[in-house]
Amino acid sequence: MTRRTVAELSRSLARGEFSSLELTQDYLARIRAHNALYNAYITVTEELALTQAAAADARRARGEHGPLTGIPLAHKDIFCMQDVLTTCGSKMLANFVAPYNATVVERFNAAGAVTLGKTNMDEFAMGSSNETSFFGAVRNPWDPERVPGGSSGGSAAAVAADLCAMATGTDTGGSIRQPAAFCGITGFKPSYGRISRWGMIAFASSLDQAGPICKSAEDAALMMNVMAGPDSRDSTCVETPAPDYMATLNDSLQGLRIGVPKQHLAKGLGAEVEAALQAALKVFESLGATVKEVDLPNNHLSVSAYYVIAPAEASANLSRFDGVRYGYRCASPANLEDMYKRTRSEGFGSEVKRRIMVGTYALSAGYYDAYYIKAQQIRRLIKQDFDKAFQDVDVIIGPTTPHTAFKVGEKNDDPVTMYLEDIYTIGVNLAGLPGISIPAGSAVAPNGRSLPIGIQLVGNIFAEARVLNIAHQFQQHTDWHLQQPEV
Amino acid sequence: MSWETVIGLEVHVQLDTRSKLFSGSSTTFGAPPNTQAGVYDLAMPGTLPVLNKEALHMAVKFGLAVDAEIGRRSVFDRKNYFYPDLPKGYQVSQLQFPTVGNGSLQITLDDGTQKVIGITRAHIEEDAGKSLHEDFQGFSGIDLNRAGTALLEIVSEPELRSAREAVAYLKKLHSIIRYLGISDGNMAQGSMRCDANVSVRKLGATEFGTRAEIKNINSFRFVEKAILHEAQRQIDLIEDGGRVIQETRLYDADRDETRSMRSKEVANDYRYFPEPDLLPVVIDEAYIEAVRAELPELPDAKRARFVSQYALSEYDAGVLASSRAMADYFEDVARLCGDAKLSANWVTGDLQALLNKSDLEIEQSPVSAQRLGALIGRIKDQTISSKIAKTVFEAMLGNEHSVDDIIESQGLKQVTDSGAIEKLVDEVIAANPDQVAQYRAGKDKVFAFFIGQAMKASRGKANPEQLNALLLSKLKG
Repeated sequence: MTRRTVAELSRSLARGEFSSLELTQDYLARIRAHNALYNAYITVTEELALTQAAAADARRARGEHGPLTGIPLAHKDIFCMQDVLTTCGSKMLANFVAPYNATVVERFNAAGAVTLGKTNMDEFAMGSSNETSFFGAVRNPWDPERVPGGSSGGSAAAVAADLCAMATGTDTGGSIRQPAAFCGITGFKPSYGRISRWGMIAFASSLDQAGPICKSAEDAALMMNVMAGPDSRDSTCVETPAPDYMATLNDSLQGLRIGVPKQHLAKGLGAEVEAALQAALKVFESLGATVKEVDLPNNHLSVSAYYVIAPAEASANLSRFDGVRYGYRCASPANLEDMYKRTRSEGFGSEVKRRIMVGTYALSAGYYDAYYIKAQQIRRLIKQDFDKAFQDVDVIIGPTTPHTAFKVGEKNDDPVTMYLEDIYTIGVNLAGLPGISIPAGSAVAPNGRSLPIGIQLVGNIFAEARVLNIAHQFQQHTDWHLQQPEV
Repeated sequence: MSWETVIGLEVHVQLDTRSKLFSGSSTTFGAPPNTQAGVYDLAMPGTLPVLNKEALHMAVKFGLAVDAEIGRRSVFDRKNYFYPDLPKGYQVSQLQFPTVGNGSLQITLDDGTQKVIGITRAHIEEDAGKSLHEDFQGFSGIDLNRAGTALLEIVSEPELRSAREAVAYLKKLHSIIRYLGISDGNMAQGSMRCDANVSVRKLGATEFGTRAEIKNINSFRFVEKAILHEAQRQIDLIEDGGRVIQETRLYDADRDETRSMRSKEVANDYRYFPEPDLLPVVIDEAYIEAVRAELPELPDAKRARFVSQYALSEYDAGVLASSRAMADYFEDVARLCGDAKLSANWVTGDLQALLNKSDLEIEQSPVSAQRLGALIGRIKDQTISSKIAKTVFEAMLGNEHSVDDIIESQGLKQVTDSGAIEKLVDEVIAANPDQVAQYRAGKDKVFAFFIGQAMKASRGKANPEQLNALLLSKLKG
């Protein structure tokens, strides 16, 4: 079966091959049939979807449509959506109906996209396997024994199993790119500040960034054209307007200078992943690119620095979940302190509590300089390494993850091993750069299932258009991105 | 043994911005609970702060008014602690890089000399909401209307040496913020709040003693009383062989005492770190110069000008310049009547007494500057005497009749007709032969008796100078 990309669906809608209502009904039927297995959705907004689809058809009839009008979409359950349950994968917010829309949600609504529902995720986006969700693990459509990756695992699984045409995700240390790699789809984390964070429930504010999870770089460009751009409600969102990401997709790669970090080809990288990467580099060379080695000497420190900075920010960001104003509150608290303790002990899962404790410790008097300040210094070094590399190359290409998707439960007892799986993605967040994961090969699991392999393309700051262009050109000459699992 | 009190003040000033520090919610005082709390103020998940530029502008204005260094790059930090009226679980403040750095202001001591008090810093931060512990049958109510309101915390050096100096400093600060129009400085409503760090040491000692921080002082009078009480408590404690511990104490105005709130030795670790949702605030020279150009004439400059321009005493000039509204009122009156000295006397005297009696601010004065100017004008042109003017002043309250109408309708116009005065004088002399004899026998004091009698007969309206002269010549016979 070949994938239905957003670009194709958009053309079919334009030609009147089917209506948005029919398309939406088809997706809702697929969700009904398959979501029980994959657990990709926490909430399905069927009624809203049908209303939006009918409105999209009417809009199209009036000629007031854009490319995404009538296209069915899923939002990661980290984005606040007015009058819709917004759980962030947590018991803490299992009853939380958001009173306002995130900017990202607002913009897709304005573009006429159809919202099918809210997707499952690691609790508060803390996890790389989607096993920390209060709403249960998500299964990888390529092999339901395996994880889809995380934290945007629900969005990735939904796109991979074609339970939506496209989805939103967020990426703090790899949460879009790693699940995209595990699920054989395209996931793009833009530069920090390119997309507004207003209404996106914060994990680590200086690292969190929203992005598209979809079936091709072209789809990512279509989504970026809606998502990116200034927002006065987010002070960290850049004020320069976003370009048209579609306009440069077909630029030539002749003369493109590709850098491959020597640190990424070192110990720890799975042979199948390395082989897929080498094959992909050959494709780029055939398109006129040159490949050279680049040095990211401090990349090995990125996981350590990340696991100080992200938990530190999270420890404060999650303080608002105190049982006072909304969300979970423990039963019959004896007093204020009891309410705080039990609400937070009962409302948060163990991974979230672990990170709150790590972050609280790192910020404590007497430890702040040794942990938080040191981590920020490492962050600057990592950024400098990238800056230096980009003096010689236009894009840095490497693996997205060291291995293909692991089994559900396989790494649960060893958080540090799980953290280390993010070694190729975390540095990109620390440096604030745009990075895309695209499918570039597959491996065969012992049970005979094929498992996707992703490669990561990292661009210089705010070079989103160039990254999408390079990924699109690769996809014009390969078909890994069009492979679809048997559902 | 002689003791010296060492005081440093931390003053929270609520900035008079239309909306909150990081959200668009209104800041009007006294609205029904939780009606002025938007999604950010409620700490709804996913919400983000956007700095209110008006608050920054006001902070810079204050900084320039106290000759402070302006932070070219100020940074907001999160101060973490749990409390139900702190919705995010952290307060956004400025720790290491405040918008206003080192500055100073001048206070006038009781003996009239000036003393310069250092200002360590002033940083911008958001206010918390209010916890209401009454009326909820064992529960607490939370009102988040105030949560997120912009505050400027102004920290002084520990350079104040008495409760009186502390009050003078606070009044000066109050005067400056009102001049700048950045806050109404209303202590009763909490728009200016004062915490005092108080310690004592033996006179001549160079090391500071252990300090206690006194919170919840909500009037100028209580600042003085609380410090006096706390200093005495510490002195008594030490003289009895005890030791002052570093702690936070609450001032109880009803009992006039301070009592321990919590020990700072086991204080919260606030785990400050830079607020990642806000960018550092970069302020350039052009911005600073633009704000400087907006600064009004400040109290010290105004006082000096009043002394030189109007030949007022330092004291009167200081009183008039202490409030911008008072100074403006005075200058209006002086311009209208053309007599600054007399205007100063009236504004600091009868008018101030009236305001004090009715507990009013000058802005609420029942007598406008125009009417007071007209009244003084009538003293100057001898239509009425200074004494009659007081009667007219009383008659001006509670109505808007013009000064001239009041003088006319109540027949208070001064008698300057020398024939009429002479007639009065003749009658008084004729009616009091004994006193005339006493006076003529050398008892000069009796003269006042004749003045009194004649004034009484004229119902106070006789021109005093004319009366004086005529009586003198007639009595001498």
